[in-house]
Amino acid sequence: MSKDETLGEALRRQGVTRRGFLKFCAATASMMALPPSMVPAIAAALEKARRPSVIWLSFQECTGCIESLTRSHSPTVEGLIFDAISLDYQHALQAAAGSAAEAARETAMEENYGKYILIVDGSIPLANPGYSTIAGISNLAMLEETAKGAAAVVSMGSCAAFGGIPKAKPNPTGAVSVGDIIKDKPIINVPGCPPIPVVITGVLAHFLIFGTIPELDALGRPMAYYGQSIHDRCYRRPFYDKGKFANTFDDEGAKKGWCLYKLGCKGPTTYNACATTKWNDGTSFPIEAGHPCLGCSEPDFWDGGGFYKAISTPTEDIPKAAIYAVGAGAAAGLALGALNRAKRDKAVAEHVKTTIDDLEKGD
Amino acid sequence: MSETEFLLWVRGPAFQVATIIFLLGVVVRILEILVLGRKPDLAEARGSAVAGGLRAIISRSFAERATLQRTAFTEVTGWIFHIGIFVILLLFAPHILLFEEVFGVSWPALPTTVIDATTIVTIIALLAVLIHRIANPVMRFLSRFQDYLVWLVTILPLVTGYMAFHRIGLTPTMLIAVHILSVELLMVTFPFTKLMHAFTLFMSRYYDGAIAGYKGVNS
Ligand code: SF4
Ligand code: SF4
Repeated sequence: MSKDETLGEALRRQGVTRRGFLKFCAATASMMALPPSMVPAIAAALEKARRPSVIWLSFQECTGCIESLTRSHSPTVEGLIFDAISLDYQHALQAAAGSAAEAARETAMEENYGKYILIVDGSIPLANPGYSTIAGISNLAMLEETAKGAAAVVSMGSCAAFGGIPKAKPNPTGAVSVGDIIKDKPIINVPGCPPIPVVITGVLAHFLIFGTIPELDALGRPMAYYGQSIHDRCYRRPFYDKGKFANTFDDEGAKKGWCLYKLGCKGPTTYNACATTKWNDGTSFPIEAGHPCLGCSEPDFWDGGGFYKAISTPTEDIPKAAIYAVGAGAAAGLALGALNRAKRDKAVAEHVKTTIDDLEKGD
Repeated sequence: MSETEFLLWVRGPAFQVATIIFLLGVVVRILEILVLGRKPDLAEARGSAVAGGLRAIISRSFAERATLQRTAFTEVTGWIFHIGIFVILLLFAPHILLFEEVFGVSWPALPTTVIDATTIVTIIALLAVLIHRIANPVMRFLSRFQDYLVWLVTILPLVTGYMAFHRIGLTPTMLIAVHILSVELLMVTFPFTKLMHAFTLFMSRYYDGAIAGYKGVNS
């Protein structure tokens, strides 16, 4: 692959037909909520786009994100688009290792300074830089150095976007997200544990087509993919609205495909594209497989009070607190009552008169 | 504190504290009244005090014709928002789930569309009640700070619940947290304000009815 090859040339060389290419453009357009009339423009832009240099840094992560991406049922056009970017540095995928790998990163940074896309997966430990290093360089130092020349940063997966599992209580490594460190670059958060493959290719496609970062929500996530909640697009929603819930994983309700809210579904508080784009080449998504949404694309999803506990229910032992409260209330009430009685009896004995002022209690 | 942590705090310690203040306060205030007792009535009974008391609890719920004609607005809006609050509180699925979690009993829910419509009607009724309170010179004269406070803590859970269901304004996590927090505010103010009428109204009606019943008078 030559560096100057356009995307169109690269795709043709890899045997993608015109039809397949347009299909991808149409899918991209609809995913980005653009009208179909934009498809030719998208195709033209993608055709001519130069393969952007991409540097991918992996910090405190489990490689699930890159696994998700590479398992995007090849050979899909999405996969080929991914091949068609110039991935100049990625631990899990590159052949080079050690100083050769670091040299590749430095070369890519130099050659494309100010233009390359930096993708990060994994969180950054701040408690002790030694918790995670690459070629002796701490994650923090490598991120700061590499981000300097980036056109934009993509935080891939919930760990990079929000801290994810490493940041879960008690956060032993002092993990933070990319956005906690990098403040002067546009950051696109692509959370999910892992994120949906087509979402990352869609974000890259947007960058290629428009040369800009897509419209983001308050948490820095592309609106096109994270604009709607799982709950709003869930096919089980009619059951929620009718009040029909599965109580266990194998009861009548579960077999009939009723809503999983009672089983702890976080769909109502989770924004992601699962319910629309689905997983495994559009096969299904977790709720379709009978499991409640864990809320993996939201910050701190790991500490949300239990995956199998409904979001509206209390997390502390309320019945026990209630028994103590009633007990204490009864004791206090009886004591105060006795005091009031004594006061009354005294007033009666002393012939105290009630005046109109006694009845006016103000506010 | 992140949004998730805030929601957890609201669902956890805050809810626990609110429950304790609510129950403790309610029990204290009821016992305070009951322990005071009454002087024994030495006259001969002409009828049943218990029957008279129970009758009054029911009959006082419905205004007489003359009263109704004079205060139709108060009667109708009052009934609407009270029924609305109970329907929303007791028949919305996520609420039932809370009761099931705490009391271990469950019952069928109403469709969310019905709850949604009920919420709008209830909010409108409560707004009408407030406007009436301010517009009517006598009502305004009689109103104290507490009357407005009680109105506010009553309507807040409805408004925040509506916003949470339709996801208006904040993130869904924050909306649920704010909604639960508004309910906790209601629970905490409850024992120390006129909201106590939810319990004491039965006691006072029974008291009145029992006196009349003992005398053999139809109250
Ligand atoms: S299964 Fe989850 S996302 Fe689907 S309707 Fe029920 S609560 Fe909402
Ligand atoms: S259904 Fe929910 S938990 Fe599962 S992948 Fe999608 S957003 Fe994450």
